[in-house]
Amino acid sequence: MRKRVLPGFGLSLGYAVAYLGLVVLLPLAALAWKASGIGLEGLVRLLSAPRTLAALRLSVGGAVVAALVNVVIGLLVGWVLVRYRFPGRRLFDALVDLPFALPTAVAGIALTTLYAPNGWLGRWLEPLGIKVAYTPLGVFVAMVFVGFPFVVRTLQPVLSSLERDVEEAAESLGAQRWQTFFRVILPMLAPTLLTGFALALARAVGEYGSVIFIAGNIPMRSEIAPLLIVQKLEQFDYAGAAALGVAMLLLSFGLLVLVSLLQRWSQRWAERSA
Amino acid sequence: MLELSRLHRRFAGFQALDDVSLSIAPGEFLALLGPSGSGKTTLLRILAGLDYPDSGSVLKGEEDFLATPARERRIGMVFQHYALFRHLTVIENIAFGLRVRPWRSRPSRSDIRARVDRLLRRVQLEGLGTRYPAQLSGGQRQRVALARALAVEPDLLLLDEPFGALDAQVRVALRRWLRELHEELGLTSIFVTHDQEEALELADRVAVMNNGRIEQVGPPEVIYQQPATPFVCEFIGKVNRFAVRRHADGFAAGGWMPDGDPWHGRFTEAVAYVRPEQLRLAVPSSLPAWLAHLRHIYLAGGVAHLDLYVASLDLALEADVASEDLSRLGLQAGMELRVAPRGAVLFPLDGKGVPLCEERWIWHARSPVAA
Amino acid sequence: MSAPLRSRPVAWPRRVVHAVLILLALVFLTLFLLLPLATVFVEALRQGLGPYLEAIKEPEALSAIRLTLLVAVIAVPMNLVFGIAAAWAMTRFEFRGKALLGAFIDLPFSVSPVVSGLVYVLLFGARGWFGPWLDSHGIKIIFAVPGLVLATMFVTLPFVARELIPLMQAQGSEEEEAARVLGASGWQLFFRVTLPNIRWALLYGVLLCNARAMGEFGAVSVVSGHIRGLTTTMPLEVEMRYNEYEYVGAFAVASLLALLALVTLAVKTLLEWRYGDEIAAHAPGGH
Repeated sequence: MRKRVLPGFGLSLGYAVAYLGLVVLLPLAALAWKASGIGLEGLVRLLSAPRTLAALRLSVGGAVVAALVNVVIGLLVGWVLVRYRFPGRRLFDALVDLPFALPTAVAGIALTTLYAPNGWLGRWLEPLGIKVAYTPLGVFVAMVFVGFPFVVRTLQPVLSSLERDVEEAAESLGAQRWQTFFRVILPMLAPTLLTGFALALARAVGEYGSVIFIAGNIPMRSEIAPLLIVQKLEQFDYAGAAALGVAMLLLSFGLLVLVSLLQRWSQRWAERSA
Repeated sequence: MLELSRLHRRFAGFQALDDVSLSIAPGEFLALLGPSGSGKTTLLRILAGLDYPDSGSVLKGEEDFLATPARERRIGMVFQHYALFRHLTVIENIAFGLRVRPWRSRPSRSDIRARVDRLLRRVQLEGLGTRYPAQLSGGQRQRVALARALAVEPDLLLLDEPFGALDAQVRVALRRWLRELHEELGLTSIFVTHDQEEALELADRVAVMNNGRIEQVGPPEVIYQQPATPFVCEFIGKVNRFAVRRHADGFAAGGWMPDGDPWHGRFTEAVAYVRPEQLRLAVPSSLPAWLAHLRHIYLAGGVAHLDLYVASLDLALEADVASEDLSRLGLQAGMELRVAPRGAVLFPLDGKGVPLCEERWIWHARSPVAA
Repeated sequence: MSAPLRSRPVAWPRRVVHAVLILLALVFLTLFLLLPLATVFVEALRQGLGPYLEAIKEPEALSAIRLTLLVAVIAVPMNLVFGIAAAWAMTRFEFRGKALLGAFIDLPFSVSPVVSGLVYVLLFGARGWFGPWLDSHGIKIIFAVPGLVLATMFVTLPFVARELIPLMQAQGSEEEEAARVLGASGWQLFFRVTLPNIRWALLYGVLLCNARAMGEFGAVSVVSGHIRGLTTTMPLEVEMRYNEYEYVGAFAVASLLALLALVTLAVKTLLEWRYGDEIAAHAPGGH
């Protein structure tokens, strides 16, 4: 073997692989092994149970919608923070990371209190007939909260490196501001928005802490998939919990693969239209 | 004495070094010259111990250099972008190589300090010792890198494109200074460059590299005047190239004929290289020459570059003359004049049109008349 | 064509658009981010400072604080060392399977926290792979501190590595090569050249890693068993109090975690502001 010039190849790689193997891969192998114990028939029965289906639909569907909403709001907030100067900008910019930094349990009880019928926001929404806490809408609100920083943070560096002259060129050609935005800027941002979407989605699908408080956890209605895993575990149904865990893993990987395909496609599209 | 023999180094998909052998004498200042990707930096990195060949050997006297780890080779290296430690001051950068020695061989604090001061004076950076690399200009950084390399009192100084990142004026001043420093210290120095002017001006010997091979090694004047291969002809200096064919009474191109045939009729075609200053202008009609159209005169200070076109060969030529000769010869753009080479380097072509370097013919006009 | 030359766009409609966009963004940030944060402190102090301090001084709260610190003190340095080793291997050498290693490092970010805890239960729980063996030797991992530490290590594993890898990639290895030629040994090279160059990014990674380690809920909730005073970290203590309708107590402990989040954000912003270029472009953090 060729001599390596810098030292520590064996030590660093060996340590990293061993650590990763023990902390991540071995446990995941146990997950796969335990899940296989349930058998194909058991798996079908588990996954086709109405309660499982409802929970998966809520976790995945809620996460997709929440990520979409985050793309729109993230674009707005990212744009405002990068493009405009106003007092308190730095403070609000720092605030964007709050959902990363705030422990999920804290976020969960805070959101629940806020949106409860007698909470600061809930009491205004109640008369309008909008119930947030203890409904699927609450799950969605919590998912938007935890996924929010992803779109803004992936977008910001791209937005600030976006060359202004492209916009100026578009305007000099007579494009209206909104035309410039939808025909020039948005196509260039599409791949980045998709990255942000994927990150927010991956986060929201598996989210637990911030959701369970506000969800109310009513079976078939506001019960999320991770909670089902916890319940199975509490009933010592290890195989069922593991199978559900594997199903969730595969589901989120599938979604991520889908997004990366979409991203490749949009990248080509952006290059062609740029 | 450094003896490199039969070095091969392959990277994914390309041969960086292809059977390279070279010996370097103590105290020599050697330039490795070539275009990017020619393998010159790979060769330097192998000497530094930062890369290893797939096969071949490097001997330093009796010592197997390849078996010696980088840190024990007693080498000073100046990196292309200097690789200064950005978190250390100039003084700390220079002292680094001394401070990391095992305590048994580490000089005392005051010795280190004294040596650093001496080096700072030598590289003319007194008073900048407490600055950080980011606070220095390109030329200053280069000198810090040099001082850092010299601090460990190396036997061998390696410089990777030492002037590459500097602007033109600083570059010329620094390279004279480096040459003087080399003579003062008497180190063996090897530097890599893609700039032929730098190599020819600075080095005792130049190794011209191309595609992982050494095309020619020799003193600058030999490289320039007696290029060994078509590549060296074209890479070093400016050159005019044209084809010559053998006729009944010898080789010829248009109206010009180099006298004689060293190949005794073995070849019918050859390629000829003529440098711009080897073109004789306003040749008397008694001698064979080409009729050329003077398309443009580019005056560049003391030298004038002439853009000529020889219709009979469909060939554009470049000729250099001293500016003061322009009026003496009555040269004006748009005129017709007779030109002929005073000297040329010719390589015969084999049946497949490949030049044969070992059959090189250096031709000189028999009675050189001043242009 | 005799289209009139476009005069300079009238400034005021555009300024109105700007103002509206800014207002929208700020209203959203306030209602959606600032308000939940404020709620935590308002609810915690609802009955005044006295009950608030009482709630924090309860033995369960104190032991939860101790346990949270203990878990972080073990998990963060473990992932710190791992992050440095992984970044060194990934950015200083070429080897087969590098991309795969990179993907595995990011893996914990795409795993639900509940699954992160679950895998350890399957491994070390009473009916897990090593459960019977551990049981017969009297070693407790699940529903005990080691399980909490392991689950925390799992979810916070990528943080330090993810900060270091892009930075060290961008910095290249020229300075280390220079140090090598100058005679530095491996450790000298690391401590005198590499470490000073990555120190701020390292601090940044540790900061994020620590915030997550102290605040992790889902994964530790699965392995904890919720034994009050023994295996409840602060987020779990928040949950238990909340579920027992001890709102002031729950929000009191939550306020400590919120303070931690604020300090984290402040230091993070300071680091980005002061040493932005030494931290380099970084992808947003995970869960």
